[in-house]
Amino acid sequence: MPLEQIKFYQAGSFVAGNRLLTPEQRSVQATMERSNTITSGHRACQGCGEVLGARYALDAAMRATNGRLIAANATGCLEVFSTPYPESSWQLPWLHSLFGNAPAVATGIAAALKVKGRTDVRVIGQGGDGGTLDIGFACLSGMFERNDDVLYICYDNEGYMNTGVQRSSATPPAARTANTKPVGSEPGNVFGQGKNAPLIAMAHEIPYVATATVAELRDLEYKVERAMELHGARYIHVFVPCPLGWGCASNDTIRMARLVKETGLFPVFEAEHGDVVSVSKIRRQVPVEEYLRPQKRFAHLFGDPPRSDVIARIQASADRNIRRFGLLDEEGAP
Amino acid sequence: MFQVRIHGRGGQGVVTAAELLSVAAFGEGRYAQAFPTFGSERTGAPVVAFCRIDDKEIRLREPIAEPDAVIVQDPTLLHQVDLFAGLVPDGYLLVNTGHSFAELGLDDFLARFRPERLLTVPATDIAREHLGRPLPNAVLLGAFAALTGIVSLESVAAAVVEKFPGETGRRNVAAAEAAYAYVQSELGVGVA
Amino acid sequence: MRRQLEGSQAVALGVALCRPEVISAYPISPQTHIVEGLSDLVRTGELAPCEYLMVESEFAALSAAIGASATGARAYTATASQGLLYMAEALYNASGLGLPIVMTVANRAIGAPINIWNDHSDSMSQRDSGWIQLFAETNQEAVDLHIQAFKLAEALSVPVMVCMDGFILTHAYEAVEIPTQEQVDAFLPPFEPRQVLDPDDPVTIGAMVGPEAFAEVKYLMHAKQMQALDVIPELAAEFSQAFGRSSGGLVRSYRSSDAETVVVALGSVLGTIDEVVDELREQGVKIGAVSVKCFRPYPLEEIRAALGHAKRVVVIEKAFAVGVGGIVGQNVRLALSGLPVEVHDVVAGLGGRAITKHSLHALFADVLAGRLPAGRLTFLDLDWQLVERELQRMTERRRSGPHAENILRDLGVVAAASH
Repeated sequence: MPLEQIKFYQAGSFVAGNRLLTPEQRSVQATMERSNTITSGHRACQGCGEVLGARYALDAAMRATNGRLIAANATGCLEVFSTPYPESSWQLPWLHSLFGNAPAVATGIAAALKVKGRTDVRVIGQGGDGGTLDIGFACLSGMFERNDDVLYICYDNEGYMNTGVQRSSATPPAARTANTKPVGSEPGNVFGQGKNAPLIAMAHEIPYVATATVAELRDLEYKVERAMELHGARYIHVFVPCPLGWGCASNDTIRMARLVKETGLFPVFEAEHGDVVSVSKIRRQVPVEEYLRPQKRFAHLFGDPPRSDVIARIQASADRNIRRFGLLDEEGAP
Repeated sequence: MFQVRIHGRGGQGVVTAAELLSVAAFGEGRYAQAFPTFGSERTGAPVVAFCRIDDKEIRLREPIAEPDAVIVQDPTLLHQVDLFAGLVPDGYLLVNTGHSFAELGLDDFLARFRPERLLTVPATDIAREHLGRPLPNAVLLGAFAALTGIVSLESVAAAVVEKFPGETGRRNVAAAEAAYAYVQSELGVGVA
Repeated sequence: MRRQLEGSQAVALGVALCRPEVISAYPISPQTHIVEGLSDLVRTGELAPCEYLMVESEFAALSAAIGASATGARAYTATASQGLLYMAEALYNASGLGLPIVMTVANRAIGAPINIWNDHSDSMSQRDSGWIQLFAETNQEAVDLHIQAFKLAEALSVPVMVCMDGFILTHAYEAVEIPTQEQVDAFLPPFEPRQVLDPDDPVTIGAMVGPEAFAEVKYLMHAKQMQALDVIPELAAEFSQAFGRSSGGLVRSYRSSDAETVVVALGSVLGTIDEVVDELREQGVKIGAVSVKCFRPYPLEEIRAALGHAKRVVVIEKAFAVGVGGIVGQNVRLALSGLPVEVHDVVAGLGGRAITKHSLHALFADVLAGRLPAGRLTFLDLDWQLVERELQRMTERRRSGPHAENILRDLGVVAAASH
């Protein structure tokens, strides 16, 4: 059962009032006892969506497991900026092996804990979209198929950001990256079928699959805690804007995440054993332009003349998501 | 050192035959080494397996080019594979067939060997009778024991039972014993 | 208990006696019987507690072993050839992180062309990966080396690969003394990791180390591997005391102390070589053999000591460095630098071609008669006519076709209607 959306607004701001919630419903970040699993001093960019997501997700996981957690991390931004040797931001047992094997390493950790009878310690595997959906995909699928007791979290910033913003299978159509530049008549990244990782995870019929964004951090926390109530292979796909890679303002990270949901481009939902069990409805559908405009990676769509044909295709895919997942209530239907 | 080469087709238990022979020799306190040629054999493709038996540790590791004995589990290999390549002049030959060597057209070729060491055995028939299946490997080992005396029938039986427990093992032993008796009577009468 | 059984099965029993806690398995010829055997032992409960993971690739197999080993579990996997290459990145990762994983490599040729038979190209391709490389001559030694390998790996915190010739050893039935659980437990204590992922004492493993510290970390890896040169003979002696037989060590010399000609090789071919040595000795030839049991780290001093007195050395190896020459030969020359020993590099047994007594006799006769020029790579039993014809074909036409098929044309076994 998803968390009931409770919205409290202080006069003059949109800050939610934690004090009015029961302690279990409050954000982990609101308590002094939070683990600070990824503590300050890391080298992430200003406004990095990934570290924001990781901080919320891991502290929630630590609360859910009483701090009995081990993490396997793929190569990528998160790994690089969190462990600038000789310093480390991590306050939990943490292993970085290779780019493509985080799910398999997590499998091995879980197996070792199981054989040693340490049922109290849980395992998280984590990585970016490149390490999870491309180079690590075989290992991810293997972990799902075996139903290994691992929660895998993918922080999706839609590209290989650590290496300088190259295209991954998660890069959206028409986005500019270092190797999908909009030169000539090319509209940036191709309009392919995409690689819908959450749906693929659901096709493996694993106990829990969820998507989340860093615009709804309590929702992310809830989903991590929900996942930790369960055992077996679990997958959470978190949308995390990258201001540097996307060319948006570093204080727009959360706004971008909110817009990607409200346009319908990124459905937010939960699934169990292959079936969707809850959907986070769009409050008020927003045209995709509003989401695309603030990002320089889509700037070529707004030239003179604008590429309205491309924008229309993007809008069509958003509308399809809305229909497919039932993201709008009847009243809000287009 | 006594070197045996076994020919057959994939699925006929050629490799197992070599292994069982090595276990039989081991059971008698001797050293034995068994190994197949390997390939992407599928059922029905020609297969070769080897077994060396000695009273000291066997260090040599190469396919047997000059066997002291050749066992042919499948007569359809004749004229397809050089089954007798390198067989030593005093060598033993055991061929699974209901025909005689003459009927198989091998008379002239085999004249150079010692006639009392060459034998045909209808192993598939014996196997069908005792096992209900045309699996002639244990049968041929029983025949081999009788023909060469290199291993005893008891050792062959023990090896078979260790590998195939229960009813399968018992029937294979019975089949091997039948082949042993067959060969003994053949040798008593003389070779065709 | 002394048993007559298949090499793979013996190794499975030996590994099981070492009480591995996590086994990750991915099939590849010719190691499959090993992981199958271990699977049976786990299912019947004979090997417990043990988590047996059926993974989706060799890359995943070693990665899972890395995760397990870092969590303090004794981890094991097995592979060969293409599989070893597929996990190459993980090999370097395991050694760089100092994880005491033990892995069987059932030596098999690397394609293309695809070839499932034995040679040493797989292990040789990974000789610089930071893993200790041990080579077994017999199935008995293969079993014994695994037991020693776990102890060695955990003592130094360095991963170890035990190499055994695919098919020739893995699929051969021969007598092996299988130790008892009590014997192995007495020899191999439980795994005490040097670093472990533990919520009670969190550590960060795998940080990016920059120019300011990388060289030192790499040197420490090298130093640990070098320590193996001392630890391996100690372990072999300890093993001999405990189990009553000689297995492992750095090198084994056979009738070489007074030999003028010494043959050097790795693995199961030593059995055949020793036979030939005995036959030639009967004829009065002063010949001996040296088996290199530990190839990495390279026992330079021991090899120099074993070969330094000889007039000539014949290195027979089952792999070679394309464009350069022999690999073992190169290493042997290094060991003998400054000494007036003639070194002959011979490549044999590639892709499973049998190395026969007959060929070895002819080879040694050529060497002794001075017909084999030293310093040149010799390919034993190569069909030079076939090779020359193909080389000729390549110069005649740009689109000369694939070598393997062309060779068949020369042998007349392809309906060459399309040429």
